Amino acid sequence: MDGSVAQTLEDGMMMARQRLVVVGNGMAGARAVEEVLARGGADLFDIVMFGDEPYGNYNRIMLSNVLSGVQDTDGIYINPLDWYADNGITLHSGARVTHIDRAARVVTAENGVQERYDVLLIATGSRSFIPPLDNVRDETGELRDGVFGFRTLDDCTAMMARARTSQTAVVLGGGLLGLEAARGLMTHGPSVHVVHLAQHLMNAQLDVEGGAILRAAMEAMGVTIHTGASTACIELDESGAVAGVRFKDGTVLPCQMVVVAAGIRPNVEVAQRAGLTVERAIVVDNHMRCPDDRNVFVVGECAQHRGQVYGLVAPLWDQAKVFADQVTQRNTGSAYHGSKLATKLKVMGVELASMGLTEPQHPHDEVIRFSETRSGTYKKLIVRDGRLVGGILMGDISKAAYLMQAFDRDSPLPEERLSLLFDLGTPPQKVTLDEMPADAQVCNCNGVTKGAIGACVAAGKKTTKSVMDATRAGMGCGSCKALVGEVVEWFCGGTVEEDLSVHYYVPGIPMTKPELVAAVRAQDLRSVSSVFAALAGGVVDAGSKPALASLLITVWADDYVDERDARFINDRVHANIQKDGTFSVVPEMPGGVTTPADLIRIAEVALKYNVPLVKLTGGQRIDLVGVSKEDLPRMWADLGMPSGHAYGKSYRTCKSCIGTEFCRFGLGDSMGFAAKIERRFRGVDSPAKLKLATAGCPRNCSEAMVKDIGAVAIGNDRWEIYVGGAAGAHIRKGDLLCTVDGEDAAMLITSRFMQYYRENAKWKERTYTFVPRIGLERIRAIVVDDSDGIAAELDAAMERSIAAAYDPWKEATAPKTANQFAEILVPAS
Amino acid sequence: MSDAVAIAIGPLSQIPVGEGRNMVVGDRTLAVFHLHGGAVYATQPTCPHRGGPLADGLTGSHTVMCPLHDRVFDLRTGVGPDCSIAVVPVRVQDGIMLVELATA
Ligand code: SRM
Ligand SMILES: Cc1cc2nc3c(=O)[nH]c(=O)nc-3n(C[C@H](O)[C@H](O)[C@H](O)COP(=O)(O)OP(=O)(O)OC[C@H]3O[C@@H](n4cnc5c(N)ncnc54)[C@H](O)[C@@H]3O)c2cc1C
Ligand code: SF4
Ligand code: FES
Repeated sequence: MDGSVAQTLEDGMMMARQRLVVVGNGMAGARAVEEVLARGGADLFDIVMFGDEPYGNYNRIMLSNVLSGVQDTDGIYINPLDWYADNGITLHSGARVTHIDRAARVVTAENGVQERYDVLLIATGSRSFIPPLDNVRDETGELRDGVFGFRTLDDCTAMMARARTSQTAVVLGGGLLGLEAARGLMTHGPSVHVVHLAQHLMNAQLDVEGGAILRAAMEAMGVTIHTGASTACIELDESGAVAGVRFKDGTVLPCQMVVVAAGIRPNVEVAQRAGLTVERAIVVDNHMRCPDDRNVFVVGECAQHRGQVYGLVAPLWDQAKVFADQVTQRNTGSAYHGSKLATKLKVMGVELASMGLTEPQHPHDEVIRFSETRSGTYKKLIVRDGRLVGGILMGDISKAAYLMQAFDRDSPLPEERLSLLFDLGTPPQKVTLDEMPADAQVCNCNGVTKGAIGACVAAGKKTTKSVMDATRAGMGCGSCKALVGEVVEWFCGGTVEEDLSVHYYVPGIPMTKPELVAAVRAQDLRSVSSVFAALAGGVVDAGSKPALASLLITVWADDYVDERDARFINDRVHANIQKDGTFSVVPEMPGGVTTPADLIRIAEVALKYNVPLVKLTGGQRIDLVGVSKEDLPRMWADLGMPSGHAYGKSYRTCKSCIGTEFCRFGLGDSMGFAAKIERRFRGVDSPAKLKLATAGCPRNCSEAMVKDIGAVAIGNDRWEIYVGGAAGAHIRKGDLLCTVDGEDAAMLITSRFMQYYRENAKWKERTYTFVPRIGLERIRAIVVDDSDGIAAELDAAMERSIAAAYDPWKEATAPKTANQFAEILVPAS
Repeated sequence: MSDAVAIAIGPLSQIPVGEGRNMVVGDRTLAVFHLHGGAVYATQPTCPHRGGPLADGLTGSHTVMCPLHDRVFDLRTGVGPDCSIAVVPVRVQDGIMLVELATA
């Protein structure tokens, strides 16, 4: 045996298990532990982790997406707290390690917790580098209120809160992180300036021309860029709050917040105090082990390997594997040989990938370049001895995956250099999965190869989701998810199993909607709580309640027990909740048609209740926004108009155009028909919103062809009925279901389609998904041709629902539950 | 050490089954929930995420889901997915809710 760890390990097998203590619960530390567990480490070690941050382990890369609102903080956890418990790992979160006693093999945290180790892993990462500018810190030495680093989840939430109340935000640093911060801050309101010392943006990854194109793209987005600008200090106002940034030339840029993205510094202080060799970071050998102490390993941004310190995640995946191979002795030949760095910028609307060199260095280096400044496309490759040593791709990065792989592996490039930049006339050569080598990377974020996915399938994981959970493939930026699915399918040889739970109507009850409807009918379940009791073992899942209420209303119409707690707050107070907990009031206004008297009444109510905002909606009616819950019933009573149902999963509106009444092109009475539709279906519940429109002619001024149901007059009292249209988060032109004679026939088809949809759509499934899922032909057969003989039943069921529908605003004078509209209760003293 | 005092906050019937209401308790406001089966819980009134009104949330067996962005909190411990809420013990005696508030 060559090392003491190996020896103690062997002794340990016979005696107690060893203690592996990990300092730092970030991306590298947690990944290293996962790799250890994957090698049977749970049988070898008791694992203890210390993390300075008060959370489980999260994907730090995704903070940029959280800041720009693309992703919620929930979505970025890699290992939530449960994972530690499930794997028997002791996690001391919010505990900063201050001392390592290598003689006694004990680490001590700031909060007094001490742990003994046999093997120690240091993975303390880096922190933001804060240049020593005047006023950047307060009297206590902490970052001043209003000045931020961009490294942790807490930094991110604090930045978002501040940005919402700032007019101007300044980001110091125009590198990758600074630009991602700038883009993210913009979404919260302030105007954003980036101050960069070098002459062009991202100077570590881009050449001058690339930097200029990037600058133009950022400016087009509304970010102001100052290059070659050197900051002298932070300006404060009389009260000591951040008021601006002063440049060395004396000019001042006023702002209310400053984000410092001027680089990172490895967290090495604890290691240094413990007497380990620290240069730019903590020095390690090819086994990620400290040369001074065979029981101490280091991975991640705090490690220095062959003089290199990395600031990206790809290297630490490899480091974590080598560490795990060594410490579990699964593969003592395993060694880390350094990483090549390639990166993508995560700024929405800017496609940018870069790798290696930005300029040729040797006389023989070949440069292949394409530039089209107008469209922001720029591609530059540097080739040495037939191999890629550098690359910049902007605007069109379709070739990035191929080039990054060629760069990473040093593989020889094709002689036809142009094909490196573009897919030439020939059909794109997609490598088939058979040809793809086992070590080809499928997921670049998490370093998962085709071979690793194969091993996972062989070990029994037969669904894409389970393979993703086990390997983390597809769980980084997500862009490879489709490919992961294909690879899983390829390994399964077509026997890929479906994850059945995706078909359940609600998560806790293993039934599809038709199965659930049958069970509800068979067992005569008339309330949401009875469904949970009978079918979910009594476990009540909050999120499933509204879905079940909707289903029961469709099945039982008014014979349903209306437990109000099962409805979303909107359906308890008949108004739409807003970001500050206030509500909105939208009275009915069929087809957007109103009267002067109604307008006066609405205006009077708006004045009387001091309504902060009166707005015309996209649904052709008037929204009184920002109303307190307590005022709702009083306002409804004063309005004396029925609810517009602008808040529930139900029939919503029917928009209309002028039609034959006044329009010189009108072919049908679209206004009159819209009013009839609205009065008939108002208050009818549905799996998702139902938005309708009628148009007086195919000019389609009311956008009827992009509604859930649209009726378009084509003359001679004929109407075309379109279904499954959408122009919201998804855009889809409705499918022509049929053409009918007369408004009555149009109403009947509308009603029958609606009922079929109500009975068969999944919860929150809009018609734009429902129609293609079922298929237009099938829907037409049932609804128009009555192929299944259920048309009469559908019509009767709809009649029952219409009869059961009521105007909920009547609850203004007859509340349904105790304190229904109370904002707060004060106990009688 | 701190002691707890029980403050009566009125009859349980003020809160419909399965729902929550904001209540003034001493000098604070609490969201108080009355679950199916009779359990009663009290928590801080606003969601730590973006200030959603928790009393307007949907309740599960021992949980409440914030109405704004669907974070689910355990009413017994206050534990949530990425942030937690403060919980205060409540009991019901002769139909009256009693909140146990710590005093200094
Ligand atoms: C008020 C209004 C915007 C406006 O000022 O014009 C509005 C406001 C909201 N819409 Fe809308 N939508 C409004 C017309 C529309 C329209 C246009 C229309 O109805 O013709 C669309 C596209 C049509 C459609 O629905 O496909 C529309 C597509 C959406 C979507 C995307 C739905 C989809 O699946 O594509 C959502 C999100 C959702 O439902 O999950 C949404 C959600 C919302 C919510 C309810 C967000 C929420 O859950 O709180 C907004 C409430 C804001 C608030 O605080 O009150 N709103 N929304 C419009 C009310 C119309 C009305 O009178 O009833
Ligand atoms: C906003 C942002 C975007 C990024 N985008 C990308 C990207 O697109 N691609 C890419 O490759 N990389 C990106 N990175 C870099 C990437 O996140 C890091 O390379 C990676 O997180 C490094 O992992 P680590 O474990 O070494 O450090 P960290 O993830 O920082 O983990 C270190 C942990 O140790 C804790 N710690 C430190 N000292 C102590 C102590 N004494 N006691 C206890 N705990 C301690 C810290 O609190 C921290 O939680 C990004 C980084 C940020 C901040
Ligand atoms: S588009 Fe609709 S959902 Fe989005 S902010 Fe506007 S009103 Fe709200
Ligand atoms: S405010 Fe509660 S989840 Fe967002």
